[in-house]
This record gives sequence, structure tokens and C-alpha cells, in this order.
Amino acid sequence: MEQEMSLEGRIARLSEMVGPSGHEEAVREEIRRQVAPFVDDLFEDSLGNLYAVRRPRGAGSGLKVMLAAHMDEVGIIVTHVDDQGFLRFAPVGGLSASVLVGQQVVFANGTVGVIGTEPLDDLKDLKMERLFVDIGARNREDALQRVQIGDMAVYRRAASVVGRRMVGKALDDRVGCAVVVEALARLGDSSPHEVYGVFTVQEEVGARGARPAAYRVAPDVGIAVDVTASADTPKARPLPMALGKGAAIKVKDNSVISHPVLRRLLVERARQRGIPFQMEVLDRGGTDAGPIHTSREGVPSAVVSIPTRYLHTPGEVIDLDDARAAVDLLVAVLQDEIRL
Amino acid sequence: MNLHDSRSARLLADLEDLSRAVGVSGAEDEVRRRIVDKLRGFVPADQIETDTMGNVIVTRPPRAGGDDGTVVMLAAHMDEVGLMISFIESDGTLRFKKVGGIDDRLLPGKAVRIGPKGVPGVIGVKPIHLQGEDERGRVEEASQLFIDIGADSREQAERVVRVGDRAVFEAQWCTMGADGVCGKALDDRVGCTALLELLRGDYPVTVVGVFTVQEEVGLRGARVAAYRVAPSLAIVLEGTVCADLPGREPHEEATRLGDGAVLSVMDRSSIAHPELVRVLSGLAERHGIPYQWRRTAMGGNDAGEIHTARGGVPSASVSVPCRYIHGPVALARLRDLEAVVRLVETFLQELPETGLLQRLHEERRCEDEPWSRR
Repeated sequence: MEQEMSLEGRIARLSEMVGPSGHEEAVREEIRRQVAPFVDDLFEDSLGNLYAVRRPRGAGSGLKVMLAAHMDEVGIIVTHVDDQGFLRFAPVGGLSASVLVGQQVVFANGTVGVIGTEPLDDLKDLKMERLFVDIGARNREDALQRVQIGDMAVYRRAASVVGRRMVGKALDDRVGCAVVVEALARLGDSSPHEVYGVFTVQEEVGARGARPAAYRVAPDVGIAVDVTASADTPKARPLPMALGKGAAIKVKDNSVISHPVLRRLLVERARQRGIPFQMEVLDRGGTDAGPIHTSREGVPSAVVSIPTRYLHTPGEVIDLDDARAAVDLLVAVLQDEIRL
Repeated sequence: MNLHDSRSARLLADLEDLSRAVGVSGAEDEVRRRIVDKLRGFVPADQIETDTMGNVIVTRPPRAGGDDGTVVMLAAHMDEVGLMISFIESDGTLRFKKVGGIDDRLLPGKAVRIGPKGVPGVIGVKPIHLQGEDERGRVEEASQLFIDIGADSREQAERVVRVGDRAVFEAQWCTMGADGVCGKALDDRVGCTALLELLRGDYPVTVVGVFTVQEEVGLRGARVAAYRVAPSLAIVLEGTVCADLPGREPHEEATRLGDGAVLSVMDRSSIAHPELVRVLSGLAERHGIPYQWRRTAMGGNDAGEIHTARGGVPSASVSVPCRYIHGPVALARLRDLEAVVRLVETFLQELPETGLLQRLHEERRCEDEPWSRR
């Protein structure tokens, strides 16, 4: 039964779905299944954003709160099929050639490929244009039976739990999706707010889904739930985020400065309820909160993040306790009055 | 292709006329004037408006009895890349900044036209005789270059040129081969030409044609136009990159001249709506309209702003491959332009029968739409 899925189970299952930017269908269907029992309305728009709506309970001055987590993951797109059946590709989102070499990838139709490289004289020549996908085709015709120009593929990797931590692909941002689903499930009849859980498309290529989603919902408050870089590995850039220190409350990144009142409210609720949290300052990157906070006449917005190591690789690592803390924090904020 | 055919002749004449017109981003006046003049020949005046940014918005109502509220936006940008005069030196030479993406290698020694009056100039370059070994084969950065208008002093130059004036490559136009056309600013006067032709048609849905401004500096006109039009779906008509050149690997050519209308899956500004693209490629197959896939994910166009306008707009691009775009002369083939017109025309005529509108309206919902209940 979906209702009895654990948070860990939700994250693992979602991370294994294929959902590159613009082709989030499988992720959307899985989230739809997981979230349906807990919401009053469920629909999607023409770009593929999924909206899960929980109506306010009880009388009172509830707000319209938009929680946003993106369904898409980084991937590759086929741009050319050669006579031998090898596929040339371009990146979808931020990918590095050095991470791609030797990886297995999988297409939405289940076709599996491995990424090979032309012979290189120097590692400096390792560029995306020199790589190709081998899907075991005998020739071009054989390849075109399975894959077309414009088809997208993602890393092929199962999620696994190691102690308190989880390793897998696309934890960016399936952990955020799972956290939002879990928060909606846990709300019960306890929130005075109208809560829109919005599962967005195309974040990795420039937060494109969130812009029309925010316009459509026209929320009073926006909270994006996404991963952030974790800086607790050897010689990492000096940033405060680390695995296991709790839900990260974002101060700023390149797309948004969290609304100070909302940010303080998150900190206050975390303190009151004893929820582990850490502050996040990110010097690059952005989230859906970027387009949300500048939508229409402006929307006070913040971000709750889950620190993640090795972002955009097939071996992203999170601490499950941080994800749990993120759920606790969202539920805590949504159960009480929000005063801006 | 038959140049005696009235459509071919019209496309060729319109393209030449628009290619010769000057319209650097933010100063599209001459292009706009020519487009509006042409439109007045077949569109009632009350269907043509120009917004505050300078976008020309043409609203063509559906033919009688067919109106279901569907609005299809077609967009082509009027602006072209160029230069802007940034400083006049005491010796009368002009410093400039680039407007949009121009390859520095293409600048030295080129004839340009400056400002609304089209003052002639040449981008100065040291003669090869006087270049030292180290200077030969080196590309001078645009910031080091200047335009020479034959003036002897700042005062003399200021009589004909002002800081802020735009400059463009001198227009050169010719036809070559069976159906080759060569001229400046084919990106995106091919799109403007296609859009003019398409607006002559009579369709079962409302068609709003938008000739946009300032695409080359960041899709700025399209953003406000899409908000204003609030379309059900959109198609961007573009002149797109083509590198089917000697020495290029087949997977690097992006598009091929003469292979037909170009359908995009993804570029740096948008991912085309998959169902809309499927309908377009299906129609091309069924009607035998030549088409090809755009085999690169680089570049961007007005679809970037249109598809995220308001609550989201399913969008796609249909393009004409153009070699050497963003340079002094580009090369395209009329057969590709005709394929673009035929494909989009067919799409507009058959849209109600494709089932696409129903699929978009359903939005795979559980209940009715909450935003319509407001």
C-alpha cells in the first residue's frame, strides 16, 4: 500500500525513475500514485507540472502556500546517430564529460547504453563532443529501432542505503519530491493553510516549470524543497553545509535571497520543535524559488534544502535524517499560523 | 521550386526587401515599417497593433463558425545582430560595442552602414603589408577595432553620427544556384517572411502573428508579447544554425541546407513541447513536407520566454537552416523556407483534427480546474 511507504522507500523508488528535463512522465505518475491518498485535488498543466492540493482545515486566516520540488534530473539528449549505430549527444542540465565516461545510461523505453569516448591524446581533450553512447546496435537502422534523435537518457543506477545514508542517482531532487509527499501525508487535518504541493518540470535547465506554476497558483508564500551542495568532503570549498546536521534553511543562492521573515520563521519553528537544522549559504546554483519569488507581484519565498554530496553524478549521497528533519520542519511550519 | 509560382515569387521578393532593411535590436524601425506596409495590403488595419516595446501584433480571427477560443501565436523576430557606436575619437573614428553575438573574426575590413541615415563606414584594419609577424593570423578583439567614416575630426563625425547609433553590415543581396539566397540578417528575416505569408491564410483557429523585437539580446520582446497574447500554444519561426561544411563531422553539422524545415527538440532556451512536436513531424510525414531534426542543443530563441509565459504555453520552433548566420551574409535555400510555410500552414489548417487541443485541454485531471473556479 502506498500509504504505508516509508520516506526512505519513497526516495529510493523515485530516484530510480527515468525523468530528464522535459520528460518527467514516469516520475509524475509515481508521485501521483504516492500522493493521491493525501490530497483533495490533483492535476497537471500543459508543461507537465503536477499540482497536489490540500484544502485548509478549520476556520481561520490560512494562507496559500506553494511547496515546490522538481521532478526532473540531469541527462543527455541524442543529437545524431551514425552509420555504425553510435549515438552522439548533448547534455541536458549541468553534466561533466569526465563523470560521463564509462557510465551506463537508460532511456525511457528501457534501452540501456554505455558511454564511450574517442581515443584521446590528452585528458584535456575530454569534451562532450568526443563522447558517444553505445546501445549495442549493429548499425544505424538497428539503433533507430530503439532510439530516435531527440530522445533523452539518464544515469542507470539503483538506490542503496548505507547506514544512515542513501546513495543513488537523481536524489536531486527526488528527495525533495519525497519530502513534499511525506509532508502532505503527515499534515492530516492539522493545517489551516491551503497547501499546493507542486512537482515541477525542467528545473535543471533553468527553473522553467516553476515560473508558470507560480503564476498559476498565485501563492502567498513559496517554499522550494531541493538539494544543496554538501561541503564536508576532503578539500571542499569552505561552505557551511554538511550531511547529518539537519534540514538546511537557505539564506541565499544565485537565484534567490530567502525572505528574511520567512527564514526566521523556519528557524524559530525548528528551535521550538527541536528539529535539527543548519543554515545554508550557497555561492552558486539556483532553485525553483528563483522564479517563484519574482512571480506576479512578488511572493515571499524560502528554501528548505537537503545537503547532498557529488551532485549530478550517479552517486549522489544524502543523510536520511536530514530528509526526515526537512519533513518535520515543513509540517511544523504548515501546522501553525504564518505571519509575514 | 518554380519562381513563376506566385508564392515563391512573393517569398523571394519579401525576403530580399526585409533582408535589406536595417533593424539592430532595439532599433527595428525600418523592418517594422516595411512589415506593416506589407501587412496593410491584406490585413484590416484594426487587426494590426504595435505594443510599447515595438512588437507588431497581428490578430487574425478564425474563419466563420470555427471559433473554440484557441489562440495560436506565431513569432518571428525583426531584430538582427549589429554594432552600437559607443565613442567618437578626436580623430573622427568611431568605437563600438557589439549588439548580440558576432564573431570577432568577421569584423575587420567590412563595410557598414551607421544610424537611421545609413552613413557608410568601414571597420578599420591595418594593411597586411605593415603587420608584423606576430600580428598576422591574430584576431583583433572588437574592443580594439574602430569604424572609419572618412571624417577628419570628432566635430566632423558628430555631424552625421551620434553615440548610440546602430551599425550593420552593408546589405548585399544575391540569388545563387537553383534556389539559393544570400543576404544579411536572414536570421530572422526568413522567419518574418514566412510569418507574413502565413498571415495571408484563413484558418479554423485564431492566429496571432507577432513580429518581435530584441530577440538577439535576450528574447525581451517575446516576453511581454506572450504575456499580452496569452496563447493556447505557440510556434516560433526562425533562421537557425547550419554547419554542413567541408571538414565538419556529420554529428557536428546541426542542420543541412536544402533538407527542409527544421524541427527542434531542445536548445539552450527551451525544450519543445513533445506532443506539439510529434504533431508537427506527423503532419510533415503525412503531407510529404521535407523536414529534418535540429541536431544540436545550442542556441536559443523566443520560445524560451513564450513557453514559460503566464501558466505555461506549449511551444515549438520551426526553422529555416541558414549557413553563416550572425555574419555579413548568410546563405539559405528557398525550398527550406517554403517547407516551413507549408508545414505551419498545414498545422494551422488541421489543428482541430489532430486531437492536440483536446489533449492539452484535458490536462489529465481528476476534477475541473481550480484556477477556472476562481
